[in-house]
Amino acid sequence: MKIAIASGKGGTGKTTIATSLALSLANVTPAPLFLDCDVEAPNAHLFLRPTFERRQKVGILIPRVDESKCTYCGKCAQVCQYHAIAVLGKKVLVFAQLCHGCGSCALICPDRAINEVPGVMGVLEAGTARAGIAFARGVLNIGEPMAVPVIRQLKKWITPAPNQSVILDAPPGTSCPVVESVRGADFLLLVTEPTPFGLHDLRLAAQIARELKIPAGVIVNRDGTGDARTDDFCAAEHLPILLRVPFDRALAEGIARGQALVDVRPEYGAWFRQIVAQIANREVVR
Amino acid sequence: MKILITTVAPNLESEVDPRFGRGAYFLIVDPNTLEWHAHPNPGVNASGGAGIQAAQFVVEQKVDAVISGDFGPNAFDALNAANIAMYLFGATRTVREAIARFNAGELERVGAAAPQRRV
Repeated sequence: MKIAIASGKGGTGKTTIATSLALSLANVTPAPLFLDCDVEAPNAHLFLRPTFERRQKVGILIPRVDESKCTYCGKCAQVCQYHAIAVLGKKVLVFAQLCHGCGSCALICPDRAINEVPGVMGVLEAGTARAGIAFARGVLNIGEPMAVPVIRQLKKWITPAPNQSVILDAPPGTSCPVVESVRGADFLLLVTEPTPFGLHDLRLAAQIARELKIPAGVIVNRDGTGDARTDDFCAAEHLPILLRVPFDRALAEGIARGQALVDVRPEYGAWFRQIVAQIANREVVR
Repeated sequence: MKILITTVAPNLESEVDPRFGRGAYFLIVDPNTLEWHAHPNPGVNASGGAGIQAAQFVVEQKVDAVISGDFGPNAFDALNAANIAMYLFGATRTVREAIARFNAGELERVGAAAPQRRV
């Protein structure tokens, strides 16, 4: 079973929940596979402390123009939806950072003047983490604007074993990288805080779940702060609230030291296992 | 000679638009006769690459120079590759004023052919 953790708003506790969920499931065989999909700022390693054993560069294929064959007809520039290639008189410029690697320019070129060459955007890393958790993450190169290809390849890189749970820690926000991270998940855990900002983004994240037809439930973190509007929204949307984590100084101190939620409060382990059992038995229905 | 100016409205009395790739209109003007025609910017709502799309349009229109508020790095590279002169309208407010200052040689030129700007 694949469980994705998303939030909309950043800093609500996605990684706090995702890492402890993985640790709670680590006593079963096989231990879960954890994918840190927040490739712009991966941080799950701080709590799961993997030793990386494999590393692979990833990216997309970008066009390289052979100007000795090019007739400057401009068809490549016309077909490109992202304006990543421009024909300017007798010059062709490729803007690699705008390229999505679709290959249309190479396909349409009547002079076969375009070859596709690998453009490296980041790296994938995999290894074994605490409690035998299989851990993998993507790291986008600094300055690289597009996270989606790295996330897509991270998800393809490792095939989970039969019966192995997969925990996907999504990036914040509700844009393409989040959609790419949660796509194909069996369940979406939405971590929120009961503040106006948390609720604003929870609404957007809940729309992603609806749009992608992924069953979803909510974990309210820093419970006791904010107001009742998050509860009202969840009730109106039939989004089950699966867990409430109170605003707790001891938790914050533990996390600041690199401890997981279940290290500070071991009783959460049983609650996480219960949530996963409910999801597996389809007892959680929106 | 033809110059292209990014403008807010499609006429000579318009204010200049400081954004090159996202400017509302492209006004193509003959600076001597003040004859002009206006094109709505097709890339004004592009999700990305608006500056490159605008530069591609500029090259297709065979203009000699472009006047705008500033040029992003991609648009700058594209216009530079096509040897199109880039000018900044600075404190100028209207199109008519920008052309007068262009004719008087008062607009700052940027790009390979321009003197290096001190940062």
